[in-house]
Amino acid sequence: MRSPATERTSVARLAPAAPLLQLDGVSLEYRTPERVVRATHQVSLDVYQADRFVLLGASGCGKSTLLRAIAGFIAPVEGEIRLEGRRVSGPGPDRIVVFQEFDQLPPWKTVLQNVVFPLVASRTLSRAEATERARDILAKVGLSPFAQAFPHQLSGGMKQRVAIARALAMQPRVLLMDEPFAALDALTRRRMQEELLALWAEVRFTLVFVTHSIEEALLVGNRIGILSPHPGRVRAEVNSHAWGPDSLGGADFQAAAQRVHRLLFEDAPGPARDASPQRLAA
Amino acid sequence: MSAPGTSACAPELPPIRPEYERDLAPLDRAVPERPLPWRTRVLQQAWLRKGLILLVLAALWELLARWQDNELLLPTFTATARALGEGVWSGELIQKARLSLTLLLQGYLAGIGLAFILTALAVSTQFGRDLLSTLTAMFNPLPAIALLPLALLWFGLGRGSLVFVLTHSVLWPLALATYAGFQAVPDTLRMAGRNYGLTGLRYVAQILVPAALPAILSGLKIGWAFAWRTLIAAELVFGASSGQGGLGWFIFQNRNELYTDRVFAGLVLVILIGLAVEGLVFASLERVTVKRWGQQR
Repeated sequence: MRSPATERTSVARLAPAAPLLQLDGVSLEYRTPERVVRATHQVSLDVYQADRFVLLGASGCGKSTLLRAIAGFIAPVEGEIRLEGRRVSGPGPDRIVVFQEFDQLPPWKTVLQNVVFPLVASRTLSRAEATERARDILAKVGLSPFAQAFPHQLSGGMKQRVAIARALAMQPRVLLMDEPFAALDALTRRRMQEELLALWAEVRFTLVFVTHSIEEALLVGNRIGILSPHPGRVRAEVNSHAWGPDSLGGADFQAAAQRVHRLLFEDAPGPARDASPQRLAA
Repeated sequence: MSAPGTSACAPELPPIRPEYERDLAPLDRAVPERPLPWRTRVLQQAWLRKGLILLVLAALWELLARWQDNELLLPTFTATARALGEGVWSGELIQKARLSLTLLLQGYLAGIGLAFILTALAVSTQFGRDLLSTLTAMFNPLPAIALLPLALLWFGLGRGSLVFVLTHSVLWPLALATYAGFQAVPDTLRMAGRNYGLTGLRYVAQILVPAALPAILSGLKIGWAFAWRTLIAAELVFGASSGQGGLGWFIFQNRNELYTDRVFAGLVLVILIGLAVEGLVFASLERVTVKRWGQQR
């Protein structure tokens, strides 16, 4: 699929001087009936053009909240999020989200209509042009035979594929994915990861991908932001462009996974702090 | 797990069996399809099953009426059918039904429009939410018929007061059902909609309404039944003083003149119209929307 060597050069070539998406000291809070909870604390990250940036963390590290803030559904209480230098102030079609849940597809629209809908709703394209682009993208994800099917007639993997096709058809500046494969079975998930990488190799979109799976992070991302929980803070940023579906199970892949694992869990506050010897290596 | 020394009480391990591989020859002869037995196929037709129920009910009615043998209290099914046929043939019943239905439709549509405005307000502003919940809590329990005397004072004897009470009877249950449906729309779908830049009325019309359609349809059905009931009852009360009445007035008039078979004919027509609207309008609406979209089985 992709050899690590070509990958490295292409990333180097594509990366422009200024980051496409900047998170600058972003603190996010949400409110429960009793208290205000800080989800992330002064998170700063830079995402460059054609990055496959993975936000990795245990549950409760605010990675999904962070993604929703990038999408514009939540306003930061501190700091700001900039896309191409402009402050993000609300949801918009330049940042399309692929959610984990299967109910993100309106059930009253066929697969084709589902892909056409945002293009027309956001007034990006006329209906005819939108239909044409939708057919193209459906062919790309292998869903052409199902263009007239309704979402409830599709399997989970196919629904996610429609959601990805819909997002790609919008040609957003940043594609945001919130654990898109977490609700899929392991075999389908592996295939979807490979398909996503193949699509990236073809389209070179910019991706921000939230996951809690170390393996998925190494496989899908070229750079991983590791978040610590309660509240979410950036623990480390790790490069993972060398890994692809072929490197699974290799010794160096295992070592990288171990390292990420250590970064994720070692400094966890509380009783789990039973110091392992390599702790200083971080 | 268990140490070898405790093998006496350890559970016995399953035997180790040889592995095997098998080449599956392609099935040259496909498993033949078997048609369902004709009785199952016939009984799959809902209209047939429901028709059977109606037939049984009609037969019971006929038997009961013959056994009772009092035309004034309970005319037979056949007598009612004859009266219905005559009424329809002479055009009198058709004309009365048309009158009732026109009024009904006016009130129904007005109620739907108002319910839509109220619920659209309620999803977008806190004030709208408070307004909707207060108003429905106040007016939903109020019987439409109880408002009729007031309506007569305000709008006079005529269509105006009837449309007013009809609107009242449709508006509140429909607004409640629609709002409940809006609130049940999954968050993911809402965010997906807002992600495309949909806001305001476009958001309500393109995301919330279709997503809440099962609840809205059930509200429409309830509203329809309430309106139909209210109309017939209102005509019974006040049709007497209006020049030309609808079906309720027809029933009232014939009761006064002790044409019990025609009273029954009027009632049967009310039922038939109800069945037709349910079976034709709402059923087809559901078939092309919520059933097709998998929102409802």
